[in-house]
Amino acid sequence: MAKKVALLQGNEACAYGALYAGCSFFGGYPITPSTEVAEVLARELPKTGGKFIQMEDEIGAMASVLGAALTGVKALTASSGPGISLKQELIGYACIAEIPCVIVNVMRGGPSTGMPTGPSQSDIMQARWGTHGDHAAIAVAPASCQEIFSETVRAFNLAETYRMPVQILLDEINGHMRERIELPEPGDLEVVDRQAPPVSPDQYLPYDPSFGDVPPLAAFGSEYRFHVTGLNKAADGFPTTKAKLVDAEERRQIRKVEANRDQIEKNEEYMVDDAEILIVAIGTISRSARHAVNELRKQGQKVGLFRPITLWPFPERRIAELAGQVKVIIVPEMNLGQMILEVERVIKGACALHGIGRVDGEPISPSQIMDKVKEVY
Amino acid sequence: MAFDYDKYLRPGKLPHIWCPGCGHGIVLKGLLRAIDACQLEKNRTAIVSGIGCASRLPGYVDFNTLHTAHGRAAAFATGIKMAQPHMNVLVVGGDGDGVAIGGNHFIHACRRNIDMTYVICNNFIYGMTGGQFSPCTPTGDKASTTPYGNPDPTFDIGKLAIGAGATFVARTTAFHATQIDKLIAEGIRHKGMAVIEVLDDCPTTYGRRNKFRSVVDMMKRFKELAVPVAKAATMSKEELDGKFVTGILHREERPEYCEQYAQLVKRAQNL
Repeated sequence: MAKKVALLQGNEACAYGALYAGCSFFGGYPITPSTEVAEVLARELPKTGGKFIQMEDEIGAMASVLGAALTGVKALTASSGPGISLKQELIGYACIAEIPCVIVNVMRGGPSTGMPTGPSQSDIMQARWGTHGDHAAIAVAPASCQEIFSETVRAFNLAETYRMPVQILLDEINGHMRERIELPEPGDLEVVDRQAPPVSPDQYLPYDPSFGDVPPLAAFGSEYRFHVTGLNKAADGFPTTKAKLVDAEERRQIRKVEANRDQIEKNEEYMVDDAEILIVAIGTISRSARHAVNELRKQGQKVGLFRPITLWPFPERRIAELAGQVKVIIVPEMNLGQMILEVERVIKGACALHGIGRVDGEPISPSQIMDKVKEVY
Repeated sequence: MAFDYDKYLRPGKLPHIWCPGCGHGIVLKGLLRAIDACQLEKNRTAIVSGIGCASRLPGYVDFNTLHTAHGRAAAFATGIKMAQPHMNVLVVGGDGDGVAIGGNHFIHACRRNIDMTYVICNNFIYGMTGGQFSPCTPTGDKASTTPYGNPDPTFDIGKLAIGAGATFVARTTAFHATQIDKLIAEGIRHKGMAVIEVLDDCPTTYGRRNKFRSVVDMMKRFKELAVPVAKAATMSKEELDGKFVTGILHREERPEYCEQYAQLVKRAQNL
């Protein structure tokens, strides 16, 4: 049977992806260029019995999402750079208290108010480090509207699987562009739901490491009563300053992502097998890069594209491998050099490395990438 | 028979962190008596707090408890209540947490008239960080960051809550221990946003800087300055200057937020 198709904006595809994943709570605050995510969910969530609330500010939106998520529901918020800066406080709370939730960042320029209607990829580092303290991070960076839908579903799965906040990085271009997408039927895409703890309420500890690195999370309102705090805590969820316990908990929370990279990472490789020149790009700019690869291949240049779909954790092992194969890596990004720092860190000088940065509110064009290739190789 | 507090206290979590003479313990006991009077089911009750001495209260009690970030309690609580309207949601915290850093969340929770009970322990100071002035520190008083006296005007939390739209607003003091549970119970039974301000003493960081020789002196002040609502109605503005009006300051019926949302859901589904 033919799939149902729709012409959807990236932000709309994100909202429908969230509904597909079973999201039943959205707490938000208006901000360009992410607002369509909220607008679609304000319309659609009540139809399915879900809840939409527009909070008084970005921090309140994040707080409402975490409160709702603790009661067992899948919860989403959407914002852009300046709003994410405000949410950082409670992104940290979600990390330490281990509350699953999904945060959409439709990136725009900055710092500060920047260029609200212009595209950007300048929150690459904010998505990794944007809160104080040591913490793991998962962020996905889809490129097309179809992929925005499916990666939103996967973001919820990752949040539930690893019991942590997961960010979806879009930008003003792929958030607002419209593409034909095939709407998956129920069952087409995997949906991970939270399970009740496999122990009785009197045995339940919300951070019990005997379950492994991701202890099961009970729901407020069920028969499992427990305590949640932003303080460093022991397995029972109550605050502790005991050095050994604090250290073990902090390390477990990093390890749950590091030890599961194979399950979390997702990349696309395009014409890399014989490539001598590798372009590493995400999201919207990976589309320019693919175009450039096609054009350069026609001209006989051995160029390939490596596209992290999971941006964080960064696909360091594969990029290091490819650095041993290619002569040059080029990193085009709509900022003045963020992802290139990660590439530089992981390739350890194994090949030449060049960046293309752009922050004028215009995307990096295929010809700009082609020019760079010709300049350096 | 004496009230059995142990029924609601988590075993092994005492002693609490509060200083000798602190009024937060009086509020804790009042809160538990109120919860008991309202027969709130533990599994269906969430107690949410922010940061500060008073915000440590949830850790001691056997409910779904959430010790959030500074000022954010009302916003977390809003998420819980919206997601699970059948749950009883209570918020506990201090004056700085509630109406300084959390002021925006506080006024908007009042405006929505969402069904929660917010017990705000106003001890006029940031106690946990060592006694800096809060928006509730009386003008002229000493705090660690007002060594020459507090230049700031103060918030009247009751008026703030009423102005923002809370539909049940009450005030009492740590001296009036038996009134605390009665007002909190009234607040729990009220459908909508209930704010109960308890004027509370911090002997360690407020009292000793402001010439209170003992906790008893602080309690005497609450006793002397408290004026019940009915009596206050007979007094002039001048006579009430420097006094605290206690009791139920405001009560009205107005549509509750989650019920309004349930109506919206019906409209959306009838499309």
